[in-house]
Amino acid sequence: MSAPADRAADPSASDHPPVDHPPADHPPVDRAQYGLAAVLAVVGVWTVVDSAGLGPGFADQVVRPAAFGYVIGSGLVLLALLLAVATARGDRAEGEAGEDVDLSSGTDWRTLAGLAGVLVATVALIDWLGWAVVGALLFAGAATVLGNRHWVRNLLIGAVLSVASWYGFYVGLGIPIPAGVLDGVL
Amino acid sequence: MDALLTGFELALTPQNLLYAVVGVLLGTAVGVLPGIGPAMTVALLLPVTYNVSPSAALIMFAGIYYGGMYGGSTTSILLNTPGESSSVITALEGNKMAKAGRAAQALATAAIGSFVAGTISTVLLVALAPTVAEWVVVLGAPSYFALMVLALIAVTSVLGSSKLRGFISLAVGLTIGLVGTATGQARLTFGNPLLADGIDIVVVAVAIFAVGEALWVAAHLRRRPLEVIPVGRPWMDRTDWGRSWKPWLRGTAYGFPFGALPAGGAEMPTFLSYITERRLAGKHRAEFGKGAIEGVAGPEAANNASAAGTLVPLLAIGLPTTATAAVILAAMQGYGLQPGPQLFEAEPELVWTLLASLFIANTLLLVINLPMAPLWAKLLRIPRPYLYAGILFFAVLGAYSVNFQWFDVALLGLFGALGFAMRRFGLPVLPLIVGVILGPRLEEQLGQALQLSRGDVSALWGEPVAVIVYLVIAALLLGPLVLRLIPGRQGPERLEDDIDALEEEVRS
Repeated sequence: MSAPADRAADPSASDHPPVDHPPADHPPVDRAQYGLAAVLAVVGVWTVVDSAGLGPGFADQVVRPAAFGYVIGSGLVLLALLLAVATARGDRAEGEAGEDVDLSSGTDWRTLAGLAGVLVATVALIDWLGWAVVGALLFAGAATVLGNRHWVRNLLIGAVLSVASWYGFYVGLGIPIPAGVLDGVL
Repeated sequence: MDALLTGFELALTPQNLLYAVVGVLLGTAVGVLPGIGPAMTVALLLPVTYNVSPSAALIMFAGIYYGGMYGGSTTSILLNTPGESSSVITALEGNKMAKAGRAAQALATAAIGSFVAGTISTVLLVALAPTVAEWVVVLGAPSYFALMVLALIAVTSVLGSSKLRGFISLAVGLTIGLVGTATGQARLTFGNPLLADGIDIVVVAVAIFAVGEALWVAAHLRRRPLEVIPVGRPWMDRTDWGRSWKPWLRGTAYGFPFGALPAGGAEMPTFLSYITERRLAGKHRAEFGKGAIEGVAGPEAANNASAAGTLVPLLAIGLPTTATAAVILAAMQGYGLQPGPQLFEAEPELVWTLLASLFIANTLLLVINLPMAPLWAKLLRIPRPYLYAGILFFAVLGAYSVNFQWFDVALLGLFGALGFAMRRFGLPVLPLIVGVILGPRLEEQLGQALQLSRGDVSALWGEPVAVIVYLVIAALLLGPLVLRLIPGRQGPERLEDDIDALEEEVRS
């Protein structure tokens, strides 16, 4: 992964001018990895605390319900420490490459935020509006955020997809997806 | 043999054949889409198999599995940007062939090679799996526990470049596996009754594979379109056949054993096949790096053979060793089946139907896909906003159709964010998925082993098989360290470097 991509991924580093390439033998610390280590440590500690709150299980039970939680939780904390140490010593994450991935440009936070918004709206509306409506909005919203501005066409494609998949699941596969507000219409 | 024939009888009814055809078509169509590898294909298409009978579901599933594999190789040949490590080597020569106007031959040797390798490997699978199952069924809980630890360590430390990241991913997976109810008590559920049954593995798999990938790609979307090479109907002339058949067989010989070992995966055998073919190419050696057909035939066969090989530990022991196998295991658990030696005894008909349908799917693949290749190639041109919007659409549909609850969609988003973070921080996906699946079963086996011994820990190494497995684990963990200490002998490291160098070559 090249340096600019990491800068963009790490908001705390964004005040540096983008042309300021560090010498190759002294790569900057991947500070976002400290964040990852912190999250891992918190999850680990929480797992241990949660396990401590569990009862002893059955009287004859050898492996107590808490046992695995203790082991995994403390393992997470240990790994978080190791990651923090490795990061401080210059360990850098290598982002995953892929067919449509261009790692030479920075992280596109606007698109990400847009998609996150679409997903949150989907979660909030899906039980109320039903799949046929929400599916269409989800597709149209995601396609628009991803850069296709023909939102009317996106909405139409989304509607066709969601209604077709609803009927496909309901009739074709026998999986009764609730219709939501369109109950009685579909 | 009789059992296999019964399996064919069940799989070849018109209705089941239709399921197989639908499975192959869906699998190829989704698998050929750029950015979608076999594991994501299988995860995304899981809901389709929910409500049909277990045997029909397995038949459809075999089709999806092989279709997804085939679709992936088409993408890497025509786009030169392999979606997963197992197709890296195929892209190396395959894309060069395509650029030299021999896309049709590259696709043909990949498809026919996959068929040959798939058929031979499925024969080996049919011969081996029941034997292994018979051998494994007598093992007690201590040996199972050791085998599962081996699988976890193997997928974590053998594959991938950073062991620290592998173990982080594994620990996160095991933590997700903790969520739920243990002996009547809620563990890590935050008091939420919806989490009492644990987190559905389908939701986790779809989120990590599909949503995580869609978000990751969205953040780094390549704005200039990739060059897709137009292709006609795949065909090969006599010389191509002459140059292909030996690499197919050698690739199969590499792929199957590697797939069948717990430290499986297609990376190693495809690479070994490639260097072997380059060494043995003789007068065609100069073509390597410019589009040698041997360099497509061998690795593609190795890739498919190892995919069939991974079904040996999956079906006979219940151990998943690749991401795709992990999703298949999750699917089978969803159908109420527990892969492992008991499955062969409890549901012999189902097992043999599955094995028979692997042959059928493999054949259908060749019959359907060779003529349809130009059509599949058109799918590569799908506009990226539609592609990734579609992935999100089907991911949400898949998660929602589990229980029809908004909560599952919320979990999907949460784990999708985790999937994004894993790609950002270079955490491998496989240890997490295997950890989620095997974690609870590991606990169960440990409980059983210690229950029988009344808490005596030495029972864990009281079975000879368990002792052997622990020795293998020690070798896996300590081997690289020891090798590094011996000067001048850095075999595994060098191999990894070589793979990296090859990957660089593909990308440039």
